Amino acid sequence: MSPEMTSDVLLPFMAAIVGGALRVGVPFLFVSLGECLTEKAGRINLGLEGVLVLSAVAGFGGSYLTGSPWLGVLAAASAGALLGLLHGLLCSLPRVNDVATGIALMLLGTGLAFYLGKPLIQPQATPLPPIALGAWSDSSVLQAALQINPLLPVGVAMAVLMQWGFSRTRWGLLVRLAGDSAPATKALGYSTAGIRITATAAGGAIAGLGGASLSLFYPGSWNEGISSGQGLIAVALVIFARWSPMRCVGAALLFGGAGAIGPALQSIGISQGYYLFGALPYVLTLVILVITCRPGRVAQGSPGELTLTR
Amino acid sequence: MQKAIADALLPIGALAAALLLFGVFVWFGGTNPVEMWALLFKGAFGDWYSWQNTLTRAAPLMLTALCVALPARAGLVIIGGEGALVLGGLAAAALPYMVSVPHNAVGTAVLCVAGFAAGAAWIALAGALRQFRGVNETISSLLLVYVAIALFKQLVEGPMRDPSTLNKPSTRALAEGLRIGGMAGSDVHWGLTMGVVACLLMGTWLTWSARGFALRVVGGNLRAAQLVGLPATSLILLACALGGGSAGLAGAIEVAAVHTNANASLIAGYGYAGILVSFIARHNPVAIIAVAILFGGFGAAGSLLQRRLGLPDASVQVLQGMAFVLILASEALRGADWHAAGAKFWKSAQRVDSRPHVSSPI
Repeated sequence: MSPEMTSDVLLPFMAAIVGGALRVGVPFLFVSLGECLTEKAGRINLGLEGVLVLSAVAGFGGSYLTGSPWLGVLAAASAGALLGLLHGLLCSLPRVNDVATGIALMLLGTGLAFYLGKPLIQPQATPLPPIALGAWSDSSVLQAALQINPLLPVGVAMAVLMQWGFSRTRWGLLVRLAGDSAPATKALGYSTAGIRITATAAGGAIAGLGGASLSLFYPGSWNEGISSGQGLIAVALVIFARWSPMRCVGAALLFGGAGAIGPALQSIGISQGYYLFGALPYVLTLVILVITCRPGRVAQGSPGELTLTR
Repeated sequence: MQKAIADALLPIGALAAALLLFGVFVWFGGTNPVEMWALLFKGAFGDWYSWQNTLTRAAPLMLTALCVALPARAGLVIIGGEGALVLGGLAAAALPYMVSVPHNAVGTAVLCVAGFAAGAAWIALAGALRQFRGVNETISSLLLVYVAIALFKQLVEGPMRDPSTLNKPSTRALAEGLRIGGMAGSDVHWGLTMGVVACLLMGTWLTWSARGFALRVVGGNLRAAQLVGLPATSLILLACALGGGSAGLAGAIEVAAVHTNANASLIAGYGYAGILVSFIARHNPVAIIAVAILFGGFGAAGSLLQRRLGLPDASVQVLQGMAFVLILASEALRGADWHAAGAKFWKSAQRVDSRPHVSSPI
């Protein structure tokens, strides 16, 4: 190691990665929690990219019009819930393919967002107030990296709540029942379609919070390139987390942090492999799938009704 | 024949409903829907200029739709056509860096083959992971899109970058002789011919050849295919390779005919739009031609709607989204027993009439 590679280089580097994981990881966290809930009920929603972009514009517009970022967050969650509800309803129709519907709603959601968001590209909306977790440190780099999105604690709390809810509450067990066996759900007198539609709409609302963190915290503005496929990859994140909400937190931070390796290396003057580092989590997910999957066996932890992992 | 017409009626009805819904949508924004419909038609199919624009956009859609349709006929749901397209374009742009290619039609053909091979290998990888490791092909092909885009950006903005491209990192432009030009003096490039021929070839192959039949058996009933001793794995890999190759060819054509070099504009979502085109064509390669032209037309009309009516450029995306959603949802009505439904309705109506009779216990 060269003498320059000491704490004054290492600290900004580590701070950039941690900061990146905390900033970029939040939208990942919400889409993966939303997808996790949807998949636990036995459905797959590939349209979360549309949810993410539409709720980003709804959140931005809400905050811009009312002046309150929290009303913006509410608007984002509602937009996500509506699009999720639409997906849930459509997939409950006979012979309607969930994969294709997800892609179609991705197109519709981003189209609507770009259409409605056209007048919002210039103005500034009130962003969410950051939580200064780095106040204890003297280092300005560390302080900047630890400016936390106020939605991050909300997301972590939600993950804990979901983890507990899936095993300990009637609602959580019902969702898992619908996801594991439709005949058993019917035998107990519950409506599989009803549970799945509710779970998909709720999943959309949760993913909508990810959209709000994009437009109201980081990058904190509205433009048409605001999401770089974070919604589409939610499906892979959930597989990576093996359908556990708590592991979704780790997966989201890992995906966010890996995306920050390239920029962090660039900030200390290394520009090789900028994009390849960004692709690391996808390669890692693929490798994990290759190692853990066996032909003719369902992926570990997967809801039984999920066609995608059969 | 009658069945084919009945099959087409449902999506056409759904499309009409989408146009109506979109009319209401723009009407809320203060635009006259009738004027919008007229311009939409004019911008897509109104004159020769519009047709050229429409057909140019339809060409890559046909090829990326094949990337979904062929594996789907073998029973696989592949959604990673975008990755094959991007790598196909990259391979076509990279080939002149590595070997000297003659600057004529032969050279262009070699670039197209390179694009085909890159795409074929990429999607066959997803097929192989499924067959040999049990990894779900929908997920792995999606993951491979991100890997392909990262490879593409890394090479285009790194070792393959033309230093003179400052604002938009691109590879060196292809030599004049290597580009794909317009057909008979028009703006429609030969890629359209390749797309149509590919769709017709694949359609014929699936319907009439023994292998195509075997492939459909594998997709229809894997157990039956295995019982009669069909080589399921090699057929599935073949379908993946042909489909991925088509998407890779689309990338090579986009580079050689439209962009002249590989840059980020290649990542335009044709791969994802192809998924929907294929699903709407019910994975029938010949039907893909018509659906791709229709959706190419919507894309072509976008700039006219923007210029004349001041609608945002994303408005056609909204229309496409509505059309896709409604056409997919209309599948629910397919094969519905209208007579039975009518009889049921009639019966329930009668029951309402007779209610006072039944419910008078006291």
